[in-house]
Amino acid sequence: MRGLFLASACVCVLAVFFISAFLFVNGLPFFAKYSALDFITGTEWAPLRDVFGILPMIVGSFYVTFIALLIGAPIGVFTAILLACFAPKPVVKVMKPAVALLAGIPSVVYGFFGLMVLVPLSRTLFGGTGKSVLVASVLLSIMVLPTIIQTSEAAIRAVPQSYYEGSLALGATHESSVFRAVVPAARSGIISGIVLGLGRAIGETMAIIMVAGNNPRMPGNILSGVRTLTVNVLMEMGYAADVHLESLIATGVVLFVIVMAINFLFSFITRKRIAQ
Amino acid sequence: MTNQALSPARPVHQVPTRHRLRLGSRILKALCWLAGLITMSSLVLIVVYVLARGIPHLKPSMFAVKYNSRNVSMLHAIINTITMTGLALMFSVPVGVMGGIYLAEYAKPGSRLVRMIRVTAETLAGIPSIVYALFGQLAFVITLKMGISILSGALTLAIMTLPLVLRQTEESLLSVPMSYREGSFGLGAGKLRTTLRIVLPPATLGILASVLLSIGRISGETAALIYTSGTATRIASLGKSGRTLSVHLYQLQQESRYTDEAFAVAVVLLLIVIIMNALSSFIAGKLSKKG
Repeated sequence: MRGLFLASACVCVLAVFFISAFLFVNGLPFFAKYSALDFITGTEWAPLRDVFGILPMIVGSFYVTFIALLIGAPIGVFTAILLACFAPKPVVKVMKPAVALLAGIPSVVYGFFGLMVLVPLSRTLFGGTGKSVLVASVLLSIMVLPTIIQTSEAAIRAVPQSYYEGSLALGATHESSVFRAVVPAARSGIISGIVLGLGRAIGETMAIIMVAGNNPRMPGNILSGVRTLTVNVLMEMGYAADVHLESLIATGVVLFVIVMAINFLFSFITRKRIAQ
Repeated sequence: MTNQALSPARPVHQVPTRHRLRLGSRILKALCWLAGLITMSSLVLIVVYVLARGIPHLKPSMFAVKYNSRNVSMLHAIINTITMTGLALMFSVPVGVMGGIYLAEYAKPGSRLVRMIRVTAETLAGIPSIVYALFGQLAFVITLKMGISILSGALTLAIMTLPLVLRQTEESLLSVPMSYREGSFGLGAGKLRTTLRIVLPPATLGILASVLLSIGRISGETAALIYTSGTATRIASLGKSGRTLSVHLYQLQQESRYTDEAFAVAVVLLLIVIIMNALSSFIAGKLSKKG
């Protein structure tokens, strides 16, 4: 039995191995035909003419994610502080399941909501098609909230009670003890929550594909359309063949590497925190 | 923080006055409430809007056995979702639970292997669904020749939900008091017997919670399924292509004439998630009371 348990636990290791293997083995041949540098720094995406530049998508992914975190991170962190330090018990009792539900809503439902509500709203307010970086970011900012809230709240609650009590004993009010003693002590946990949200946002596909316009051009201001790496793969996977298909797998490889780097950053921060 | 407390006091002129300190903290506190309000209202807005626009369109004809472009039935998608969920869980739950047992009961904590398993489980949880889509297509659809089928989709999702079950199992097992194990060993039971008969039963509720969350995740997954289990509008057998509810929603919203039907599908999806979340937080509440 022990062997069976061990084997089951190792399925995770195997899965990661196979996922990387399949991606790299199928994606790397592309770089034999097309220069990796041109692929990553090229600004034109025209599969019909065998021109594959994904810089607009890389920029698009980070652009959308950055704005989403700019909106979502403060809201998430402040909500976490509210839950951990200020809200009375009944409020916490309502809000915690609500945040969990926010995490559970399928991304396709988020996308549909964005398409039916946010896109028309942006169209009326700012003109144009309404499908834009802004709408995608606002939608994503809601989607990353639960990740940021749950991680930050846990981090704040993990701060030893003595920090808070020490601050009170020095004459500080409840509020300033929270903001000057407790929250700063939870800083690295909060940051790792935001990094986790970053990973979530950069990997999101369905919600973005419905509201971002998806034109493979370098995104301009926040009202312009944008195509992310994830969307690039999903949109063209249905009909791509040969080099084109390989270019999509290569896009997946780039995305995979970015996400792995973010995960690494996350576990680096977490480990540092534990070392502290 | 402790360092700061020990360091000499700041010169008096730098200490913010009490009044300013209070005002700043009050503004921050107000911001907390504002943020909480924004979080809650986004949730309420999304849920209420979808329910309000979708419920009026949940007509009996949408649950007809055969799909056609007139009734836009979603019954096939509901059944495919159930098949998909059942099949994916059939793979991920046994593997996840047994893996969790290994990590909690057998492994030497801190050993290299355990660290590697943890890191890879974390990695699996962080991989975007579109990467799973690529992997599923390359591995199951093409290399293993399963074709675009429910089976390919379910295997892909099984890997996706594996870390959820694994981690929750490990945590639930670890929260079982040591005295249970000691008592069992003291009575002469072996390791395996102790694990399966004494430690596992009190952990089942926690494991169940992770299964419920996995059900929510599987029914909501779209990107990983479009090219692994496909978009066919029929009640599919395991080897055939068939769309789940969320894929159905994605396909419907692409045509503006099906907006109402799409809202109805979104309602069903939301209800599944709400029920699964409610059940799992009910269980979590029960657990925390017991502990």
